[in-house]
This record gives sequence, structure tokens and C-alpha cells, in this order.
Amino acid sequence: MTGCSEIAERLFSLDQAVEEFIFDGCQLAIGGFTVTRNPMALVYTIIRRGIKDLHLVCHSNGQGMDILVGAGCVKRLEIAYGGNGRYAPTCIRFRRAVETGKLEFEDYSNYQMALRFLAGSLSIPFIPSRTGLGSDLMELEGFSPEVRSEEKVASRKYARIDNPFSAEKEEVPLLPALNPDVALIHAQYVGEDGTVRIKGLTFADLEQAKAADKVIVTFEELVPRSFIRQDPDQNSLASFFVDAYVKVPYGSHPTACFNYYDYDPAHLNLYRHMAEDDGRFQEYLGEWVYGVESHEEYLRKVGIDMLLKIKASPGIGYAPGLDRK
Amino acid sequence: MLKYSNSEMMAIAAGRLIKDGDIVFAGTGVSMLAATVAKRIYAPRAVIFFETGGIDPALDEIPMAVADLRVMSGTALNSGLIEAFSTVGHRKLRTVAFLGAAQVDQYGNLNTTCIGDYHRPQKRFSGSGGGNDVASLATGVITFMQHEKRRLVEKLDYMTSVGWYRGGNSRQELGLKRGGAVAVVTNLGLLHFHEETKEMYLAEYFPGVTVEQVQENTGFALDVSNAKEAAPPTAEELAILREEVDPQGLICQPPE
Repeated sequence: MTGCSEIAERLFSLDQAVEEFIFDGCQLAIGGFTVTRNPMALVYTIIRRGIKDLHLVCHSNGQGMDILVGAGCVKRLEIAYGGNGRYAPTCIRFRRAVETGKLEFEDYSNYQMALRFLAGSLSIPFIPSRTGLGSDLMELEGFSPEVRSEEKVASRKYARIDNPFSAEKEEVPLLPALNPDVALIHAQYVGEDGTVRIKGLTFADLEQAKAADKVIVTFEELVPRSFIRQDPDQNSLASFFVDAYVKVPYGSHPTACFNYYDYDPAHLNLYRHMAEDDGRFQEYLGEWVYGVESHEEYLRKVGIDMLLKIKASPGIGYAPGLDRK
Repeated sequence: MLKYSNSEMMAIAAGRLIKDGDIVFAGTGVSMLAATVAKRIYAPRAVIFFETGGIDPALDEIPMAVADLRVMSGTALNSGLIEAFSTVGHRKLRTVAFLGAAQVDQYGNLNTTCIGDYHRPQKRFSGSGGGNDVASLATGVITFMQHEKRRLVEKLDYMTSVGWYRGGNSRQELGLKRGGAVAVVTNLGLLHFHEETKEMYLAEYFPGVTVEQVQENTGFALDVSNAKEAAPPTAEELAILREEVDPQGLICQPPE
């Protein structure tokens, strides 16, 4: 690898990237899905820096969504699913915030949120959906009329049209496109030329990134141009979509990163226990977010024993035999 | 007499509903076990598939979430959410989906969103996720739940996912061209839907369960006139479930 990377001017620290691109009240999309590849190092940095009033647009971002909501960074949430698999069938701070009226929220489905990002990435204002018909997703709006008049909020949740290309009557739901201010993505590889490669399932990460005005990519490993260009069919996102890169090994801990590390079951269980009580949750934030100065310090707290236990086995992509209870 | 637990009976009862060649859209928990048991015993050519986009994973270990790395390992193909949903709804494929729910009504409509008022609920759940999409797009839905009066209800607090909607042809009239609720598997038995009215009825009660017990725990009038006792799990079914599908006992614990 050469010293003069083509992306030198876009290489940031976590703090620099958040300082530069994320502002109070911005509309934010985060990559990953429940317990996998959430951009946790950036999420922790956002909390530590006291960013407020975020408008978070999610499909199923379990851990990253829940801690942002719990830390009080989120004012407004559009979401399909707030759960963390077997570790939290409903994300606990999300549940608490909704039940106590601390959040403006609106529900869609996963397919619909993915389509909304796709529409945003294609610069089309809305997109038809095959799902939602007959359900309360379409009957009940979450946002109030006052919220509807604000910037970056669609004027209505859904619209319906009669299929204009068919002689027969066919009702089709329409969904508003999303163009978030910022998208945060965690990837396994970034080439020296800035090309991003995500391994394993990509969820809606690529649609989110292409729909957003600004994109921050954290990554496990910076690899030579010759490596990333040897097999371009494997690549996910071109360099010109990305505004900031931050090298953060274990950047999605305690969520998983295919081929690098599994989720950390002990930490997810600890989080669930701490999240169940308001006081304990503040202790958790104090110890694991506010109380550490860097991601390296956070990883020292996680400890080498656990980092070795969750290390993924090559070819399998996860940590076989890991105690996951 | 073989000993087995409730969750083992549920996984096996649901597994028996899978037909060879089905594309099985699995969730986590018991539904994952049901899909895997089905593939290893009754439907070797069934393909297990996850909402997140992993097609035919090796499943040497049980996934704990639909985005678990184990759903993207040893697969035929990995993709993103958009491609995954193009599979669920594909006109050429027979896709059977497993879902869980907090509430189900007599037409197989599901609530996974909240109890109480939507805007300020007494209890909030995870929400639709891909549930509404799968219920709209798949060829059929099999739902898992605990059999309780507060869960099998006349009216849902929130209709997250549409089954037979209001019965009869109402689902088709909405514009949902195919699909609908196939069965509900509870800890007490197996519920199906009348072909024309689309009302739920008791098809099978599990060994040791009475018809009265099922009625007492259902929040609406349930037709039990055709109910019969389900066949208990066989030694082969239990052995495969315990030794091959979930050897770590992460989801189903055998009885003490």
C-alpha cells in the first residue's frame, strides 16, 4: 500500500466526520439491520457530541436506532421494525420512548422503507408499492399536521392512485421518496481509490447511501487499489458517492460484521439488562459511551478475550460455536 | 411414550405443513426450526429463504435474528432487501411465510405493532418489519403464537398485516391478488381457515389438550366441529430437531 492514498482528503476521524456533516435536527439514515453492521462507532460519537433532534429514517436498525433514541438524540422517527432478534424482540428504549410519548414516530414496512430509499436514489419523487393495502399502516398517520408542514417530512404518509395503465380498476399505494441529509454506513473494505466493498447481505445500505446528500463510511480495512480492482463485481459503492471515510476496526461492535466478527452476545445481553431501567441505562451510557474517549478505549473495555471469541472464521463468516445464550 | 415440549410440538406441527419445493420464508425462533425440520424430513427440495436476502443458507447453526451472519453463510446467493422482496412476491414461486404476532383475529389478520392507541400505546411491539409485505405478497402465511384469549381476539388493536381481511373475497377485493392465512400454530393446536368464509376453525388439538381448553383460551367463537387430535412427534422428528437442527438448545428445550 502506498502512503499517498487517493482518498487522503476524505479520511476523517470519527469526531471530525460528525463535526463536519451531522447537525442538530438533520435527517439521518443508518445502515445495517438489527444485530448486524450498524455503524456503531459513529452512533456513539453522535451521542458523545450531544447531537439533538435527529429525524431518523430506518427500516430495521435495531441496536443503532435504540441507543440513539435512548440517549435522547432522536426527535422524530420513521421506522419499519424496532427489534433486535432474540436479544430484544422489541428494542427496549424505543418501546419506552413510544409508550411515554417522547417521540414523534410513524410506521412503514421494510419493503416500503427500502422502496422509499430506492426512489430517493433514483431522484424520483414517489414510488408505487405492492404492500400495505387494507392495513393500519395505510389507515393511521403517525405524524401530526404540524409535523407534516416541516422540512423533510412528506405532506402525507401514503397516497393512492388507480393504476393509470390499466382499463380495470386497481388501487395502488404510493410512497414518498426519502433523501436523508446524511447516511452512515459501515463496510468491510475501502480501496485506496475510495471504492467501498460490503460483504454479506447489503440490506438497504446502498439505496440509503445513494439517496443521501452526504455519506460517511466507516470501514474495517483500507486495501490497495490493486486488491479492490481485482474483482470489481464484488464492489458495492463508487468512491464519488462518499464524502467522508473513517477507518474503524470493530466499528459495528456489538453488532456483527460478516467475515470479520460476530455479534457480541454478552454485550447485547448486558445492554438489554441495562436498558430495562432508566437509571441503569444512564449508567450504561456513562460507562460505555460518555466514559470512553475513543473507539480504541471502548474496545479495550470490551476486552481482548471477547474480541477473540467473536472473531469470524474465514469461509464461514461468523464465529462457530460462540456461546450465544 | 416419547416426551417432548410444547415448542417442539409446534415446530414439528408447522414443519408438516410445508410441501416439497416450497420457498419457505423463515423468521427466527420456532419458525426457523419448523422450516429446517421440514426440509430435513418432509420437503428436501424446499428452499429456506430470509427476508433480509439470504437464499438457501447452510444453517449449521441457528440464527438469532433475520440479519444474523448465519443467514448469509453458505447461501446460494446474498442480496439486499429489494431483491429479497422480489422473491417473496414473485409470480412464478410458491412462497410460504412464517410469522409471529401479538394478536390474531378470526380472519388471520395480524398485529405486531401495539396494544392500545397507536399514538400512545399501553404496549409497543417491534412493528411490521417485513411482516406486512410478506402477508401481502407471499402465497401463504403460517403464524406462530401462544394460545391466549388476549391474543386470539375478535378485533385487533392495530392491523399490521392482512390475512383474509374481513373474510370471503375481501382480501382479493383490496387488490391483494394472491396469498392469505394458511394456518395458525399455537401451543394448543393447529387452526385453519374455512375455504369460503375464511373464518378460523380448529383443525387439530395437540395430545393432552382438550377442545374445551382451546375454546376457553380463544377470544371469539371457534368452530371445533371437525377437530381431531394431532399425531404426536415421531422419534425421527424429535431426533432430527434435537440433534441436527438445534443441538445447542437455543430455541427448543426438550422436557426435563
